[in-house]
Amino acid sequence: MSMPFYVAPEQVMKDRADYARKGIARGRSLVATVCTEGIVICAENPSSTLRKVSEIYDRIGFAGVGKYNEFDQLRISGVRAADLKGYSFSREDVDARSLANQYAQILGQVFTHEMKPLEVEILVVEVGAGPDDDQLFHLLYDGTVIDESGSAVLGGDAEAVAERLGAALPDAPDLGAALNAAVGALAGPDRTLGSADLEVAVLERDAPRRAFRRLADAEVASLLGAAG
Amino acid sequence: MHIPTFSTSDDPGPDFANLLRTQGLSPAVPEGPVAAAGAIPHGTTVVAIRYADGVVMAGDRRATSGNFISHRSIEKVFPADRWSGVAIAGAAGPAMEMVKLFQLQLEHYEKVEGQALSLEGKANQLSQMVRNHLPAAMQGLAVVPLFAGYDTRRGVGRLFQYDVTGGRYEENDYATSGSGGLHAATVVKLGFADGLDRAATVDLALKALMTAADEDSATGGPDPVRGIWPVIATIDADGFTRLADTELAERFAALTEGPNA
Repeated sequence: MSMPFYVAPEQVMKDRADYARKGIARGRSLVATVCTEGIVICAENPSSTLRKVSEIYDRIGFAGVGKYNEFDQLRISGVRAADLKGYSFSREDVDARSLANQYAQILGQVFTHEMKPLEVEILVVEVGAGPDDDQLFHLLYDGTVIDESGSAVLGGDAEAVAERLGAALPDAPDLGAALNAAVGALAGPDRTLGSADLEVAVLERDAPRRAFRRLADAEVASLLGAAG
Repeated sequence: MHIPTFSTSDDPGPDFANLLRTQGLSPAVPEGPVAAAGAIPHGTTVVAIRYADGVVMAGDRRATSGNFISHRSIEKVFPADRWSGVAIAGAAGPAMEMVKLFQLQLEHYEKVEGQALSLEGKANQLSQMVRNHLPAAMQGLAVVPLFAGYDTRRGVGRLFQYDVTGGRYEENDYATSGSGGLHAATVVKLGFADGLDRAATVDLALKALMTAADEDSATGGPDPVRGIWPVIATIDADGFTRLADTELAERFAALTEGPNA
């Protein structure tokens, strides 16, 4: 019987992390920003049917980058968990923090125990009564949870995008300003992104119940045009 | 609560009722006649009428247990989603549960699949839920809903009635359900015309419920003393809108004080 080669756990984890990071870096980035109207999530996504941004529950949204089938499966699991919890208890008992923790469990579990880590980064957001009450949980492929404040950037080129976003984002932006800053940050200095290249959704602060709303191309174009 | 995970072969898909079954959360079917446990609340008369812009749904507010009034202000007309409504008659407890599950089913499907069911699809879903409820109905917990909605693909209001076995019947003009349904249907039949406007249709629904309350002890009429009014909603291109009590109070006053009262 042949003995498997010894590989140091540090090396195993590093290899997995590198693998996941490479997978994620291949995809395009995504930005979420708090604004006066709510939380706007903007993804560079030329497809209008394969979504990166979607609704989980009344005031909770989801966004993912990386491998589509993997984050879509996580999205569906999240919808199931939220709907089951709302059914068993009450709609107001469903919250983003507990959902983010459960996602972290899954991601961490897969990262340490499976052959292949999930090549995804996801964002779970909950819109609150005011901009200070908004919650943005950024989850990495290994189950790390980051509680972001104000804005979050996911995806390959996240650092550069975050830097541009920080520079462009005014204090207490409205929807138009936040969207323009997000799109500018995603595009970078050498490109311009039109509404057809973007997938935009808002979690509306004043919505009576289901806060998630997709913005149609025309609406995105007019918001981009108005301030630009 | 945990995040449920499934292998590809046993994935429940966008079906929330199926998901509940996998989690052991489906309601149990009573093993014997429920009458043994005493009288349980029953909801009674509901009406749906098609009009020029969509559909009006209406329901009285009374629930009865045997010869007692168990609730004076129960609601029997609910939004199923933005473009449709469901009205219930029958055993109040299971009926409420069915409405809650139906609302969740539509929302769950919409979220998982990324797009809403067609109106026909929604009507079919409700039909399956009524059929699955048949064993409980046999023990005395019958639920007979009405379903109506605005078909955004065709741009018209449509309405459906059901029988206790889940039979689904699309009606052209109006439908009623519940113990006072027969009387309400007569009033609607006499007053109905193609392309009635919103005001005339709301008045017709109100008159139908008032007549049903006159003839059927299990149906409650408008109660201006306590300020309890029927639940009446319109479903049109703007979606499901419940009428304010103030509007119903004015219409009731006009109907009872006018020359045609």
